[in-house]
Parts: sequence; C-alpha cells; structure tokens
Amino acid sequence: MAVPLSYSMRNLWKRRLTTVLTVSGMALVVFVFAAVLMMAEGLQKTLVDTGSYDNVVVVRKGSSSEVMSGIARLQASIVEMLPQMAIGPGGRRLVAKEVVILIALQKRGERKSSSHSNVVVRGVQESSLLLRPQVKLVSGRLFRPGSSEVIVGNSIAKGFKGVDLQGTLNWGMRRWTVVGVFDAGNTGFSSEIWGDADQVMQAFRRPVYSSILFRLRDPDAFEAAKKAVETDPRLTLEAKRETRYYLDQSEVMAKFLRILGMSLTVIFSIGAVIGAMITMYSAVANRIGEIGTMRALGFRRLSILAAFLAESLLLGFIGGIAGLFFASFMQLITVSTVNFQTFSELAFRFTLSGPIALQAMAFSLVMGLVGGLLPALRAARMKIVEALRAA
Amino acid sequence: MMLLKILFRNAFRNRLRSGLTIMGITVAILAFGLLRTVIDAWYAGVESASVSRLVTRNAISIIFQLPLAYREKIRQIEGVKHVSYGNWFGGVYIEEKNFFPNFCVEPKTYMTIYPEFVIAPGEMKAFLADRKGCVAGRKLAARFGWRIGDTITLKGTIYPGNWEFVLRGIYRGRDQTIDESQFFFHWDYLNETLKQASPQRADHVGFYIISVTRPDLSPEVALAIDSTFKNSLAETLTETEKAFNLGFIAMSGAIVTAIQMVSFVVILIIMAVVANTMAMTTRERIGDYAIMKTMGFGGGAIAMIIFGESLVIALTGSLAGMALTYPAAAAFGHSLSNYFPIFLVSRETLWLDLLAALLIAFCAAIIPTRHAIRVGIADGLRRIG
Amino acid sequence: MNPSQGPIVEISHVDKSYRRGNLVVPVLHDITFDIADGEFLALMGPSGSGKTTLLNLIAGIDRADRGVIRVGDVDITTLSETDLARWRANNVGFIFQFYNLIPVLTALENVELPLHLTALSRKQRREHAETALRMVNLDHRMDHSPREMSGGEQQRVAIARAIVTDPAILVADEPTGDLDRVSAEEILTMMESLNDQMGKTIIMVTHDPRAAERAKRLRHLDKGFLNHDASEDPL
Repeated sequence: MAVPLSYSMRNLWKRRLTTVLTVSGMALVVFVFAAVLMMAEGLQKTLVDTGSYDNVVVVRKGSSSEVMSGIARLQASIVEMLPQMAIGPGGRRLVAKEVVILIALQKRGERKSSSHSNVVVRGVQESSLLLRPQVKLVSGRLFRPGSSEVIVGNSIAKGFKGVDLQGTLNWGMRRWTVVGVFDAGNTGFSSEIWGDADQVMQAFRRPVYSSILFRLRDPDAFEAAKKAVETDPRLTLEAKRETRYYLDQSEVMAKFLRILGMSLTVIFSIGAVIGAMITMYSAVANRIGEIGTMRALGFRRLSILAAFLAESLLLGFIGGIAGLFFASFMQLITVSTVNFQTFSELAFRFTLSGPIALQAMAFSLVMGLVGGLLPALRAARMKIVEALRAA
Repeated sequence: MMLLKILFRNAFRNRLRSGLTIMGITVAILAFGLLRTVIDAWYAGVESASVSRLVTRNAISIIFQLPLAYREKIRQIEGVKHVSYGNWFGGVYIEEKNFFPNFCVEPKTYMTIYPEFVIAPGEMKAFLADRKGCVAGRKLAARFGWRIGDTITLKGTIYPGNWEFVLRGIYRGRDQTIDESQFFFHWDYLNETLKQASPQRADHVGFYIISVTRPDLSPEVALAIDSTFKNSLAETLTETEKAFNLGFIAMSGAIVTAIQMVSFVVILIIMAVVANTMAMTTRERIGDYAIMKTMGFGGGAIAMIIFGESLVIALTGSLAGMALTYPAAAAFGHSLSNYFPIFLVSRETLWLDLLAALLIAFCAAIIPTRHAIRVGIADGLRRIG
Repeated sequence: MNPSQGPIVEISHVDKSYRRGNLVVPVLHDITFDIADGEFLALMGPSGSGKTTLLNLIAGIDRADRGVIRVGDVDITTLSETDLARWRANNVGFIFQFYNLIPVLTALENVELPLHLTALSRKQRREHAETALRMVNLDHRMDHSPREMSGGEQQRVAIARAIVTDPAILVADEPTGDLDRVSAEEILTMMESLNDQMGKTIIMVTHDPRAAERAKRLRHLDKGFLNHDASEDPL
C-alpha cells in the first residue's frame, strides 16, 4: 500500500528552486561521465571501423605500430604467396605492401611552429583502395602512380595548413602536390595522406615496407594464415585481423580516458550526492508533520521510505536525462589529438551509444539512491507521536 | 560584533546540513586542486625547460634522424657553447607498463648542458669509463629497487634485441621540478652495435641539444642552424627546449583543454549545492530576520549575516579541501608516477582555491539575501512557527 | 446513542512514561475505563495531565508500557508495528488541531489518501472521497489545495478524511484549538451530527469548555490519573 507517486512528484515541484539546483548538480556529473565515455567510445569506434574483418595486417613482430615496423622486400614477397589470400579482379592477388611514415604538419589556426602534429603519410599501391572500400574520393582525382602527387583525408584537409586541393608539401627534397581529397568516414584513414609507395620509399630513403595488407579468401582462414606467417623461419613477422590490429592501437588511450574519466566522475559524484542528501534531509525536516500524519493514517514505515526514495530517485532521473541531453550535443564536436600508442594524429567524434546512455542513467539513479537513502531512513524511523508533536 | 556571533552560531545551527555542505565543498575543492595539479604536471616538462637550450631535429618529423656529421657544423656557429646529441631508444623494461623515458646520449656534453642533473663525481667517472654503463634518476632507481652495479636489460623496440647495461650512476634533480625518472646510456654503445648489425642506420642521431652563450641569442642561433642545413637531404628544425616540449603537449591539447574545462565544471556543481543550502536555510529563517528587522536592524545587517554565513561555510570547506590536497596529490602522484614524473601542488592552485571559495560564497548568497531583504516584516513574522 | 451496545474501547490498567535523557517521566497511572460504542467522550485536564497521551494510546499511534487496550475485539497492545498500521487504517479516523492536511494534495486527494490503504479501485476511491466531501459540504472545493482554504474549511476536509474509511472510532485532538468561534461552532456541530445521526464513536481531547459541552460524557485527567467519573454517580 504505497504512498501515491504524485506525492513525491508534487513535492519536487513545490520547492522548484531547490529541485532545479540539486538536479543541475547531478546533471553536470552525468554530463562529464557521459562525455568521457563518449570520447573513449568515439576513439575506439573510429579505430575499429578503420579495419575490415576479412583483411589481415602483417607487421614486424613486436612492433606496436606500423611506424616501428620494417618488412624487407624479400620477406614481403614470401608473404605475397600465401594460399589463404583472396584473388581480386583481373586475377591479381588482393595484397598491398605499404610504407608508413610520420611527418610534422602545422595545424590550422595556430601561429607558433610548435603547434604541429604528427600526420601519417602512407605509401600505397593500387590494391590498397580495393582492400579499403570505405575510402572514397570526394574531390579531385587519384594520384598518378610514379608521380609526386598525393591525396589527403578530409580530416587533414580541414584541420591542417596548406593541404587542401592544389596545395603543396615539401619533403625529402621533393615537392608533392595534393590532387585529391578522400573521405574515409569516421575511420583513422581520414587523418592520413596517401601517395605512391615506391615514391615515398625513395623520397625518404626507406628501403623496407612497414606493413602488408591482404584480404582473406575465406574469413575463417585467418588462423591458418596467421600460423603460416608466424611459424615461417624466414619471417620475423606477426599477423592480425585488421579490426583487431586497430583495436589494439586504441587500447592505451581508451584506457587512459576511461580511467581518468571514471576517477573524475567518482569524485564529482560525491559532490552531487552530498547535494542530494542536503536537499532530502531538508525535505524530510520540513515535512515531519506530514510524515506523522501519514503514519497515523496507517501508512507503514516502508511506504514512507519508498515515498522519499522515490523523490530522490526522481531527482536522479531528471538529472540523468538533462545530463544526457546536453552530452548528446557533444556529438557535434570532433576531437583532434595524438594517439599515445602510435604517436600519430587521430581525429574522432564523441559517440553516444545505447549502452553509454543506459550506464549514465543507471549512474544517475544510483546517485539519487545513495543521496536519498539516509534521509529516507530518517523519515521512516520517526516515531509517530514525536513527528506529530513537532509538526 | 553581535552580528558576527549570530553569524557563526547560525552557520552551525543545523549541524548536519552545514556539515554536509562543508563536506561537499571540501570534495569539490580537492577535485579542483587535483585537476589543476594534473594539468601542471602535464606542463611540468615545459616549466623546467630552459630558454638557453635548443633542440635540433629533422624538419620532416620526429621519426627521422640527422647525420652525425652535422655536429661539427653546428659547433662552429656563433653563439653556440656546447653541442650534445642523442637518440630516443624507447626500450621496454620487462613489460610495457613499466614505461620510463630511456635514450642514449653523448654523456660528457649532455651532463654539462644539463647541470640540473646532479651526479656524484665518482659515479660520473665510472659511467664515462664503461661504455655499457647507464645512469638512472633517483625516483626511477627507487621504483625498481636498482642499485649501483646492477645489470639492467632493456628490450629494444626501435632497435630490436636485448640490450644489457650496468648501472653506474644515480642522478638527483637540483630542485623539485626536475624529472628524476629518466634513463640514459652511451650513444657510442648504440652506434657501435648498429655498425655491425645494420650499418645503414649507424652514425645518425635523433636530436642535437645545443646550449647558447647568452639566452637572448637563442632565436638567432636557431635560425642560423636551420639555414645551414636548408636544402640538404636532412633539413633541420631548431627551437628552444621550452617550445619543443610545448609542441608535445600541444599534440594532446584537446585532452588538456577538456580537463581544464572539467575543473571549472566542478566549481559550478558545488556552487549549485551551496546555493541550494543557503536558499533553504534563508527560507527557514525568514521569521528570525523579520524579528531582527522589527528591532531596527537594516537590510545591510541581514545581508552581512547571510553572506557571512555563506562565507564561513565556503571557507571552512575550502581550507579543509586545500589541506587535503597535499596528501591526495602525493598519493595520486605516486600511482601515476610513470605518466607524470613531477606532481606538485602549486601556490597558484591554492590561491585559486581561495578565490573559488569566495566566488561560491558570494554567488550562493545573492538570491537568498535579496529575498530576505525584500520580504516585509509582517509577512516574515507570519511565517514563524 | 445506545450505551448498552457494549464497550467499543476497553482500557485496563494502562501505564505510560516517557524517557527524557536519563529522566523517566511517568505520564499515565493505572488507567482503567471503558468507552461505549456510539459514545461522544471528551477527555479534559490541564496541560501535562496526559490526556493527549491517552488518546494516542487508544488510537494506536503510541504503545502503553503496561496494561491492555481492546478496541472492538482486538487487543491492540499485542499487535506488531505492521499490524497496528493496518489496524489503524481500517479502524481509526484522526482529527488534529492543526488539520494536518498534506499541502501538495488537493482536498479530494487528501480525503482519498487513507483509501490508498484499501483494496478499492481508483474509481471507487474517488467516489467514496467525493461522498465524504459532500457530507461536509465541501465537494465544490474538491480540487482546491489546503493553502486556498480557511482553517474551518481545512478542518472540515480533515473530518471528511477521518470518516471516509468508515472507521470504528474517531479520535480528535483539540479539533477547535486553532479555529475562531464561528468555525469552531461549525466543526462541533458537524461532529455532533456524525455522532447522533451516524452513530460514530468520538473520543475528543479538549480544554475548550464550549467543545466539552457538546460531548455527551466527560472524563477528567489530572497528573496522569483518571478522575472519578462524576456522571456515573447517583444523582
């Protein structure tokens, strides 16, 4: 036999200012909580989407990123002969040998030379585009093989100086012209510059490849391919599914963001919970007479407890909704930062997912619960006669 | 002074409420202080960097190297005092999460350019004499329990293989702002090994460190160095050490900005809480204030009481928070010592804490004060009981 | 009223004291008396005499230290906390000095409140509550909040709330204590008619002689002792 919910709701409305202030505190905490999770989610999503499940990446054993890896031409030609490899159009094997280097580019909008970021320049082959269907040219054209032309990802074109269409870049004693801009969706490739692999290797005096990418004939053939690569005595290489490879690259950063975010949120939530406690203690204190009356009428202690808990849970609920509402606007923001693991530029968006929303709401409700529990217990434990007397 | 007495007693009239509010403020100030300290720690490298030291590296990006032959040319430029060089090694000690910065350097010139690294002369001599020797910072050695004479093995990532070193010296920082978690060894050791294993990588350095004769000469010298190597195969980019370190931070600038914003959000949260408390408290005391008004106390006196109470609560919480920041920072810094070698609470942070307290007290009290002054005496009296 | 219907409340050797810190303050001493079904009883006495405490014990919102209290056929001194709550919901109607209406509920909702403790449907609750309000002539104000009503009107709403569950007894603690003379008259008349026409047993604590006049029987308490019942003396 519960006290009607409208009792709790109307009491929140009656002390509007207090309710708004308390809810604001909780909403801010939920906002920070959700924003951090959204950042980590966006980072990981970008990186995972960057890969395809059917593709395999081969790098040197023990290298944490393509930049550190080196694959000699001889080794590369051995890998190219793997039987698990798919055959593409024209009967050619679907494999690309790529070289990855980092260059320092100046960000747009910054004057000091120190505000640069490390951008990935990827030397690719024809098959690279076939292996990466998510990459689409949006303006200009593809570079001509054998030339000093490059195409840039749209995040780079947007965020950095001098890299839009017809812009030129100078490295390795050569002038490189930007002839096209490509869109790779929300993946890491959007933060890269692509050129002809042989040209890049020559310009930077890099005689070795960084990685080899190929498509599996059959997605389940991965284990066999991996074994072939890793047990071959002539090779010092390891193989991963492309999705896994990129997921691993986001690990350190995602973990850092999550830990930092969690610890911050926990500390903040203490503040918000204290706010809720103050509000609820005050609510109980102001309604001692009502509590006594309802008990006299026959409502049990449990019902009183539930009524006050409902009030603080409502506070948590509204705070959660408000916090999520504002957090969802963060999805309009693109974060541009350096991935701690690969040391290269990465642009990603805040991403709100179903699980994050649920987690945020649950967190908010828990705040309401913890904040309201002690005051609600106080309300429930009151002696009827004392409550009536104090009214 | 009667007002002061009333003020103080009122602040603690409802002990539970005041207690909770003060606790809330303490937590918020603590969080604010820690966040600021995290940001300071991020910039620690910049703070301790010098403007009379220059860093020269390959203009393309940090992953490309410069020829050793550049050393002589740099030394001859006017304004240059000492030239040292080194490579980032990036070795792993047992497992990746034991990360600490490790690199090889030209030991004699490096230690000359960095007087902040203080090392016993005997240890320095032993280090110079042993090509496989290495030097570690005091905090680093303490972290793994290393002692002079220990053999330390690093797994190379950029330069593959297992590399063995003998700890010949432990340096300490000249003052608290110096990073004591670094590890360096002989550049020659790396180079000789490379000459045998992969000769095309030998005789290359990752960076040059240059000290200038006068700090105001830094910009000129930097320009002179870069123009010397312009249009060569490996063009250089020279900047002050401070600018160089700032460059690194700028890369994760987005995250630092986010943390800064979040630290202000904390203040907002707690302002909401305290404002709430003051509003509730004032509403309950309308009767008291009405009585005081009948006695002749004016709006100014009432305002003083309310503001004063708000201030007492905010300051108490703030002082408690400031006091707790030190041990909390110590604990935090200890657990994050591999990410943030320097973790100190700055004086500026403390001033900001106080400022935050004042701001909170003021904002929280505005509306309740206005309300209390406006409510007519008769109305106020009616609300008693 | 038919006193020969037998007692509805039987109080037998009841003691009650309060603990104030280390002090034990005795409030009621060996109270024994009966209240007949359909009676309108006024309990009077100076402040501190224990009359409100006795009322609280009968209403089941406080517990006696010793003795037995039977209401209807139930010995309420043996009931558990939970059972006592359920018992109150079904058997007791309260009228307080300060009306004790819930400010955030409308008049109708206030009257409806005790019905949430029954198994009635929403529709049935509404109907019962409206009926009760009609009986106190306030059905035209059913959607108003207590804030919008005078003291007298609020007390009438309280009376409607007290009778809506058709309880065995009505307990009233200084029901006219906060009312002006006209409103007080109104309330007392209403209570009289509840007793006369509906046969409700009313136990009222008061120190207002005008209120006491309207009751059918008077008992006095003094320092925790029940005085001799003068009305049972032979004339």
